[in-house]
Amino acid sequence: MPEQLTGAEALIRSLEHEGVEVVFGMPGGAILPAYDPLLDSSIRHVLARHEQGAGHMASGYAHATGRVGVALVTSGPAATNLLTALQDAYMDSVPLVAITGQVATTAIGNDAFQEAHTWGMSMPATKHNELITSADQIPDIIREAFHLASTGRKGPVLVDIPKDALAETMTWHRPGEVRLPGYRPAVKGHPRQVKAAVDLIERAERPVLYVGGGVIAAGATEELEQFAEMLNVPMVTTLMARGAFPDSNPLNLGMPGMHGTYAATTAMQRSDLLITIGARFDDRITGNPKHFAPEAKVIHVDVDPAEIGKIRPVDVPVVGDAKSVLHQLIVETERRGPQPDRDEWLATVHEWQSAHPLSYVQDPDGPIQQQYVIEELHRITGGDATIVAGVGQHQMWASQFWGFDEPRRWINSGGLGTMGYAIPAAIGAKAGTPDEVVFAIDGDGCFQMTGTELITAAVENIPIKIAVMNNQSLGMVKQWQNLFYDGRLSQTELSPTVPDFVKFAEACGCVGLRADRPDEVAGVIEQALAINDRPVLIEFTCDPEAMVFPMVPAGGSNDDVILSREDLA
Amino acid sequence: MNHVIAVIVENKPGVLARVSSMFARRGFNIHSLTVGPTEDPAMSRMTVVVDGPEMEQIIKQLYKLVHTVKVTEFEPGTAIEREIMLVRVNADPKRRGEILDAARVWEARAVDVGVATITFEVTGAPERLADFLQLMNTYGVVSLAKSGRIALPRDQKSAKKHLKSA
Repeated sequence: MPEQLTGAEALIRSLEHEGVEVVFGMPGGAILPAYDPLLDSSIRHVLARHEQGAGHMASGYAHATGRVGVALVTSGPAATNLLTALQDAYMDSVPLVAITGQVATTAIGNDAFQEAHTWGMSMPATKHNELITSADQIPDIIREAFHLASTGRKGPVLVDIPKDALAETMTWHRPGEVRLPGYRPAVKGHPRQVKAAVDLIERAERPVLYVGGGVIAAGATEELEQFAEMLNVPMVTTLMARGAFPDSNPLNLGMPGMHGTYAATTAMQRSDLLITIGARFDDRITGNPKHFAPEAKVIHVDVDPAEIGKIRPVDVPVVGDAKSVLHQLIVETERRGPQPDRDEWLATVHEWQSAHPLSYVQDPDGPIQQQYVIEELHRITGGDATIVAGVGQHQMWASQFWGFDEPRRWINSGGLGTMGYAIPAAIGAKAGTPDEVVFAIDGDGCFQMTGTELITAAVENIPIKIAVMNNQSLGMVKQWQNLFYDGRLSQTELSPTVPDFVKFAEACGCVGLRADRPDEVAGVIEQALAINDRPVLIEFTCDPEAMVFPMVPAGGSNDDVILSREDLA
Repeated sequence: MNHVIAVIVENKPGVLARVSSMFARRGFNIHSLTVGPTEDPAMSRMTVVVDGPEMEQIIKQLYKLVHTVKVTEFEPGTAIEREIMLVRVNADPKRRGEILDAARVWEARAVDVGVATITFEVTGAPERLADFLQLMNTYGVVSLAKSGRIALPRDQKSAKKHLKSA
């Protein structure tokens, strides 16, 4: 006999069928029916303190596990709170499914209580979205949402479900095949394009592998390693690709661009061929695109055809998934036999590397430098931790100074630059990978945006660790005011005493620790690592005057890398 | 320069909003946009006239919408393009005959006649409508309503046959 379920029961069952193990959310009026069958489900619910937090938790979960993250919230203000997390995930191609409650179909358009036009507002912030109008549609639309979120160029998908559709009864059916005649994401690259790419690589004298987050999204890091070793060419890994290739491998020059290493930025700039894989010529990489890599031909491999040629004209476009195309490139390169000798080019970039390494000075009697904290953290953990950053100076230093050797252990908000990302994303990452040490590296400005999610971490027993780099300022913005607004500091200095981060952590049910001097850094890190039954926050009182270098000012040419404060004099 | 593109989309609620929102978000200018049914009830046809150099990006961004099935850009002269226009002109009784004569040459139908105006309906290629409008401007256009463009590619077979017989 066909089984009769409510829309809400069908929703929870559909999520179970997708293999969902955890959802991040908060109940409310319109989504109430869905929270009842959740009580009887195997799915864990993590109760966030704000819907933006729930969205970033789902994102952190997706980054850490490679699976689809799920957020479940109500209508109106909950949906608008969630929007930031959706746009963030859209910019960074993070697979999410967001389920929002909606007022009853009979009330839609009437300015009902907690009504917002979620479908319209989320349209430009998602890969796709749907408004359900009856319970029957739920199994197929949830299947479609997971399919869209996790295939092609991954991204967030929102499903808006009115309360009456959740409450009414439907006949349960397993979803059929997803039928989307207009959605056919490319997987394999065109063989002719692959050949043309290898032709260009063979002829290039100064090739650079320009690797973006697409490589991690496609699970293509092993293929990348094989291809890079085969070609023996230098590589740059963008902010979203840190960990796609081991930093310990001498071919990896690190992050290029605005705060990239001199060697990475300059290698691209002098290159005659950029072998671009899953990267998108973001303005933080290219600086002024008119002056970017002027002699370089471009191979561009991307699963999203719209990225190819969007910013930089391309010589060989290859539309396809990074894993499949890298495999094709490996096979074709193997077939051609020995590759040209790249030793001279590698020697040149390594000279740049040794002439202009990333550097900082930790005065033993001076204030704590954030780079020192990051290096100590790496030393003490042996690098075996997942690092989740907020946005700003601490994020850049974490990307620069943490030696990443594995994918999915670096989680941050790249494209949207969402301050406040770290704490909730770390909670999501830890929920997905409970056996890993998950360390949020946050700024004091970022922390104050979403710090109340510490309560979630404590109450839900998700023992993350948090390093708050307290420089008593919105450090990156202050840096720009110092460099480009004659040092006129406008609204970038935060209180040196409020909040008391240690007390804040304790009030939220976490352990609070503090280090004020460099010689206290190692000790508090060790203390924090020894506590695993509760979240631990360490406040590091950091140098408020420190700036991130190297730097290419926004819109500037990547020929003009500012290496240090002395360069500015 | 204006480019004409046909966009076949799934006939689903909100698809027009998805397309127009994408154009707005990406900063692409729409000259005109029409949407209507096709021979397949599951699909709708949009004909979009856009002004801009970024055709490749526009087409790729259209394809990125999940409900877009097919996008075709028409090279100039390869499509049958039509618009419809209603134009109300000043028609002083003394000049009525002259105006109606002119309209007859253009195969414009008088669809409403008032005390001091005549309203014409004209259908045809966009250039023809533009020329007629220019002519009517000499009498004084009181109001104007114009559809967006619709277009279908020319049938290559019939075009060849036509050339042979000519």
